[in-house]
Amino acid sequence: MRNILPVLTVILALLVVWYAAAFQLNKQWALDMAARQDRVMTTQQLIADTWAQDKPKLPAPHQVAVELWETVALKNVTSRRSLVYHAWVTLSATLAGFGLGTLLGTLLAVGIVYSRVMDLSVMPWVIASQTIPILAIAPMIIVVLNAIGISGLLPKAMISMYLSFFPVVVGMVKGLRSPSQMELDQMCTWNASGVQEFIKLRLPASMPYLFASLKIAMAASLVGAIVGELPTGAVAGLGARLLAGSYYGQTIQIWSALFMAAAVAAAAVGIIGIVQRATLKRMGLDR
Amino acid sequence: MPADQVSRTPRIARNTVIDASKLNLTFETNDGPVHALRDVDLKVEAGEFVSFIGPSGCGKTTFLRVMADLEQPTSGQILVNGVLPEVARRNRAYGYVFQAAGLYPWRTIGGNIRLPLEIMGMPKAVQAQKVQEVLELVDLAGFEKKYPWQLSGGMQQRASIARALAFEAGILLMDEPFGALDEIVRDHLNEQLLALWARTQKTICFVTHSIPEAVYLSTKIVVMSPRPGRITDVIDSPLPRERPLDIRDSPEFLEIAHRVREGLRAGHAYD
Repeated sequence: MRNILPVLTVILALLVVWYAAAFQLNKQWALDMAARQDRVMTTQQLIADTWAQDKPKLPAPHQVAVELWETVALKNVTSRRSLVYHAWVTLSATLAGFGLGTLLGTLLAVGIVYSRVMDLSVMPWVIASQTIPILAIAPMIIVVLNAIGISGLLPKAMISMYLSFFPVVVGMVKGLRSPSQMELDQMCTWNASGVQEFIKLRLPASMPYLFASLKIAMAASLVGAIVGELPTGAVAGLGARLLAGSYYGQTIQIWSALFMAAAVAAAAVGIIGIVQRATLKRMGLDR
Repeated sequence: MPADQVSRTPRIARNTVIDASKLNLTFETNDGPVHALRDVDLKVEAGEFVSFIGPSGCGKTTFLRVMADLEQPTSGQILVNGVLPEVARRNRAYGYVFQAAGLYPWRTIGGNIRLPLEIMGMPKAVQAQKVQEVLELVDLAGFEKKYPWQLSGGMQQRASIARALAFEAGILLMDEPFGALDEIVRDHLNEQLLALWARTQKTICFVTHSIPEAVYLSTKIVVMSPRPGRITDVIDSPLPRERPLDIRDSPEFLEIAHRVREGLRAGHAYD
């Protein structure tokens, strides 16, 4: 409870800045309209107008809140006008990509740790893959997969995977290599097999690293799924909402989609955090 | 080297546990070769408590690691229980206690002691029984469900000894196991180690850099010196096997300690 005051203070400060910015950015439009219609506005009217426009440059917080409320709570979740529906479309691709990315990342990490050839040959490509802007190759992935008859969730999941396997590789390589020489020698004195060494030592030792990576991978996955929805003019998903919003100047819709994306990311990362705490607690690593 | 034939046929007397002759080990480093061990000859009989003492870099840990098959000698021969170290390791002939306790933080004390037993594929019931046995042996009964971080450094090292004892190897190799502990805890653990040795009849090879510790514990003290690592003196202790802590004030004790110190000094005169 002690923390609530500072948290509220920060939120309040953000809201004040936001309202002020909305006034500043939307002021010109309001003044132009007034001039065209030949009417004079009081300051009060001007302020009220900047916070209630249909297509403001920057919507006021309460406009976004109302839009969120209407599209989340008041619409049937199966409806195309429901933001929950769009969020689920994006989330399903995110989760599929996250799962694939985690699997791919873990397999690559195991290969890199156990094979010097893979360490030298694969790792540079893993790093190079992340230097390519995802926006540049996302359309190509979509088009290529579409050409061979794959569309829908999978192409988006592939883009998510492309972004999310990287932190898992890096974290798991570090984690699987975290046992000290002494711990490895110890295993040797017990005449442990390679599989036993992996399961009893390397894998458990890598868990804290894995969870740190999974959180980054989840956030990256969501970005990937949204980016995957942009270039094809997808009809559903948070990316589609962002795209449609920008076509028609629906800034309120854009902002509410952004907030929805943030909420989904926060929830997903939060769930990983809960799993992390439970796992590490069971492993006695949580102090 | 005819070692391959020797490895499976114990030719030497049955009660010689470690038999090293003309053992050499050279590490190739960027600054040229380092002679970690030169012409080391040593026999350790069953039931002995042998301490290896010397300044750092004298090869005492390297020698212990050669016994454990963690390092390969460049030349010469070493047999553990009459077979090559590699075979001895596969037979799980020894338990090794490292400088640090090396307990897995994600396993309880019981789980840590069970670890080598799991790896060796012992049945669950046997595992549980052994864990109880060795926990009592090191005076840690009741701590089975605790995690390592809940124990003091001395208790962790005792748990680590228990783990090395759990699979009933005849040989215990200990590499400065109490090096990181304070004097008082160390005294206590030394006393306990002697009691444990008396009860289990194991052969113990113990690396240390503390003269009183070496003299107090051992039936045989091997003094080593560095550059190249070699044995300069082997002292058979005349002290009785029963040793109360205050034996350290006796003239015999001080005499041996003096001889060890002389040996260490002589080793240093070379450089």
